[in-house]
Amino acid sequence: MRSRWFPALLCVCLAAALIFLTLPVVAIFVDSSPGELIASLGEPGALDALWLSLRTTAASIAIILLVGTPAAYLLATRSFRGKAVVVTLIELPLVLPPAVAGIALLSAVGPSGILGGAVEAAGIELSLATAGVVVALTFVASPFYVRQAMAAFAAVEPTLLDASRTLGASEAHGFLRVMIPVALPGLAAGTALALGRALGEFGATLMFAGSFQGITQTVPLAIYDRFSTDFDSALALSAVLVAVSAAILLSVKLVRGGEVALGVAPR
Amino acid sequence: MTEALEACAPKFGDAENAEVRISFAGSDELAAQIRQGAKVDAYAAANTRIPDELHAEDLLSKPVEFATNEFALAVPKDSDISSLEDLTKEGTTIVIGSESVPIGAYTRETLAKLPPDQEKAILANVRSNEPDVKGIVGKLTQGAADAGFVYITDVNATGGDLKAIKLPKDLEPQVTYGAGVVKQAEQPALAKKFVDGLTQGDCADALTDAGFGPAP
Repeated sequence: MRSRWFPALLCVCLAAALIFLTLPVVAIFVDSSPGELIASLGEPGALDALWLSLRTTAASIAIILLVGTPAAYLLATRSFRGKAVVVTLIELPLVLPPAVAGIALLSAVGPSGILGGAVEAAGIELSLATAGVVVALTFVASPFYVRQAMAAFAAVEPTLLDASRTLGASEAHGFLRVMIPVALPGLAAGTALALGRALGEFGATLMFAGSFQGITQTVPLAIYDRFSTDFDSALALSAVLVAVSAAILLSVKLVRGGEVALGVAPR
Repeated sequence: MTEALEACAPKFGDAENAEVRISFAGSDELAAQIRQGAKVDAYAAANTRIPDELHAEDLLSKPVEFATNEFALAVPKDSDISSLEDLTKEGTTIVIGSESVPIGAYTRETLAKLPPDQEKAILANVRSNEPDVKGIVGKLTQGAADAGFVYITDVNATGGDLKAIKLPKDLEPQVTYGAGVVKQAEQPALAKKFVDGLTQGDCADALTDAGFGPAP
């Protein structure tokens, strides 16, 4: 008899992973009734936090897309000395603990940081301000996008770009009209990952931007603030964040007709 | 508190042939963990209200008062701020504890004793509600804020980076620390010894060294 233990092992591992990863998320919804959920949203602090999270995440994603897309294209289409170092440096925030990111931002662009004077001279207020939240989100979320975008651009058939070049199109034209459309599923997947990371950012935001309702208190900070005093409200707000994050993930998959596999570059 | 307990806990551990593991966080947050069933033996808080609440919920033994602290206005060492009056000036950035942590409650209690317009002006300058004292101290030492309300021991622990401005006696809140043995403790006898040791012995000495006052 042929051994069936290996497929069985695979199934057991998948089941274990599925239960481990979904149980805590499911528990959030089991523990909070729909009524509580809606009631918690009626609370001004919760609405402020949601609105702030959406605004700051949107701003940071806009920055990430505008700067990250061309940067990822360059990294994917050129080879140069020290490229591996550049890629590693760009990916570094990916593995940095959020607290380290907070300290790093403070010592770079905080009031007594190395560029603190320049930031102040430019009339920009970052620490304890909404702009500081955007900086923190952008810092932690951008590697998720750039990494994915690089893979997406690298997977585009080079002959496609060559063809557009032979037809006399400039590289800028080829980038906008050929590369971006072809790499779009990968770019969308990267955007979704960066969105999720930005929405969930906590440590760097708290250390760098502080926590103030309507100014710097994003949803994760509001959840933490309620954790000790109002666990039900913290649960409800968590449920909202889960729902929004899941909706983002799902919408990206649906928009691309199910062809986007997160983390896998398109063929 | 962190520095003092980290210094004396190993001594307690050696004496009792046990390993002491301490988790430091905002008093309210630790209480929330106990309410969620965290396996801990002893609990100490920067006020007596939360231990009393836990005791009333039958989660903690009758709390003992083991130390006192002074509430202070903290500013960076080169700051021009010298009184509560200065905090009312527009453009002054202030960080305080969030409402749920003891330091935040003491702060609001103190400010409520001020004339209403002064209280309002100071609260209008608050730019962050931090979940613990460390967040307030960090923002001040990093120059992210001009002033904050903390305990005198936290100012001492910065080694001169911050200076404390004493408040008028009639404004000062009574800051008393309470501790108790958690009802679900796996080592209740050791936990009781540890809690008792906060008022006499190595830990009591370490607390005095850090600037804490004796229990009232």
